[in-house]
Amino acid sequence: MMTWGDALFLLPELVLALGASLLLIAPVVGRGETRRSGDSAKWAMLALLAITAGAVFLSSWGVQSVHQSRGFRAMFALDGFSLFFKLLFLVILALVTLLSDGYLRGTRYSAWEYYSLLAFALCGMFFMASGIHLATIYVGLELMSLSSYILAGYFKNEQKSTEAAMKYFVLGAVSSAILLYGISLIYGVTGTLSLVGVSNAMATLVTNDALMFGIMMLGAGLCFKIAAAPFHVWTPDVYEGAPTPVTAFLSTASKAAAFAIFARIFYVGVHHFRLDWQYVLAIVAALSMILGNLAAITQDNVKRMLAYSSIGHAGYVLLGIISVSEMGLRGILVYSVVYVFATLGIWATVLMLQQQEYAGELVDDFEGLHRRAPFWAFAMVVFLLSLGGIPPTAGFIGKYFLFYAAVGAGFGWLAIIAVLMSAVSMFFYFRLVMAMYLREGREDALPAQGTLRFVAAICLVVTLLFGILPSPLIDQARISGRGVAARAALVTPNGR
Amino acid sequence: MPSTQAYLMLSGTLFAVGLVGVIIRRNMITVLMCIELMLNAVNINLVAFSHHIASLEGQVFTIFVITIAAGEAAVGLAIIIQLYRLRSTINVDEARTLHG
Repeated sequence: MMTWGDALFLLPELVLALGASLLLIAPVVGRGETRRSGDSAKWAMLALLAITAGAVFLSSWGVQSVHQSRGFRAMFALDGFSLFFKLLFLVILALVTLLSDGYLRGTRYSAWEYYSLLAFALCGMFFMASGIHLATIYVGLELMSLSSYILAGYFKNEQKSTEAAMKYFVLGAVSSAILLYGISLIYGVTGTLSLVGVSNAMATLVTNDALMFGIMMLGAGLCFKIAAAPFHVWTPDVYEGAPTPVTAFLSTASKAAAFAIFARIFYVGVHHFRLDWQYVLAIVAALSMILGNLAAITQDNVKRMLAYSSIGHAGYVLLGIISVSEMGLRGILVYSVVYVFATLGIWATVLMLQQQEYAGELVDDFEGLHRRAPFWAFAMVVFLLSLGGIPPTAGFIGKYFLFYAAVGAGFGWLAIIAVLMSAVSMFFYFRLVMAMYLREGREDALPAQGTLRFVAAICLVVTLLFGILPSPLIDQARISGRGVAARAALVTPNGR
Repeated sequence: MPSTQAYLMLSGTLFAVGLVGVIIRRNMITVLMCIELMLNAVNINLVAFSHHIASLEGQVFTIFVITIAAGEAAVGLAIIIQLYRLRSTINVDEARTLHG
């Protein structure tokens, strides 16, 4: 039976589902004016996000501890972990909305449907953040993925966009099927789909083939979603072909959501068998870091370069999952925030160049940006330094936790690869910096880009602020991760 | 009543057929059908396990999987139609505007 208490649990998701549907109907019932105007669509979307943020706070208001925060027969949790990711998703979506606005206005595609799909994807991501039952997590994942396939092909008259959607769809659907097969095997062995139930059942089991096979298939499906190495082939094509604001969404929000379920499933669900899966994931992480960063060197297209570098970043985050420690979990949370803001800032810069001359995708297009737009060139350097993990920026803090956790868990060799590959990544990040500062390009000044500049400024402030004053973020990550860490028996439920 | 193992072998075979089909087939419609095959292999697995361990959870999950598979087919067909409109072929190999 659904009770009022349960409804309060689901309030943000209910608001989002309703709001997304309204965004879809709005242009049909509206007059000709609203139908065409992307401006009102943008404000409607931002209003929906604000209301959802209110609903998130309202629903988590009464939650005191992890143990009182489960609804719907332990399928859905409102803990610090889910709250942390939900707020992160809301901020990302607000920034992506601002990024999309000007880009969509230059095309003849409807802004209303676009924002509606984004809102549906966000609803799926909320379920992923809160799901503590494999069915909830799967349904949330599919809601996000199906919306993403459509968004990747949103510019339906562009060959590139449609082709990106096709590749994303085929590989995404196959990976979902593999993930599901893994879930079905785990269900068969443990007799339950709830993560806590799976964990309790596994505590009494010895390693067996069906279970290992299930965990491996589950891991393979998740590795596809975060774009880790042997499952990464779709990433460069989809990132290049999709409309740039959609690429910004895919490389930040949907990646962070996948990190969230990856961490939740492996920390809460299957941590008893960590000795069996740690080494497999360690190889995946090493492959991602090496392949992603080396392949990025040869790319001339910035979208493809960032796609390969995001494969490398998936490898870094895997370090946190492999280590199965409180430190590793904190690293995943911190790194998600750090990575998201640096990446969104770079996409803002790419979009700024794209809106001017419909270019901006090639490294050459950044030539002489220093003279044309000093603010953008400076911001870009900070974002690239943050992705590379250089100290005064936030990227360093995130990497510090992840590498430290890997060493603590006895994966020193993996940490060494990670450090080496961070150095390699600075090489291709600096190709962009050199193009901006050392080479001469066009001299004409760029017109002001109010909204994009606002987004870049927010990302810049966050990246520098958490780089210089990281303790609020670190403390928040520790508090937010406590419930999940307690489930993996890493800390006592109420302690420290 | 066949044993649970028999169902698992059937589902394993169907899943393998689907996976191989996705990899070797070039026609998008066939690829879509192979994906459906993989999802239905999962459904057989879930129902067989559900019967074996006498828990309803797996069968309820199957209904969700069927629903999502329908949504996935709808999105997939829409993408295929658009692909056909743009280049008059639904051969996967000929989609190579994005090189990589």
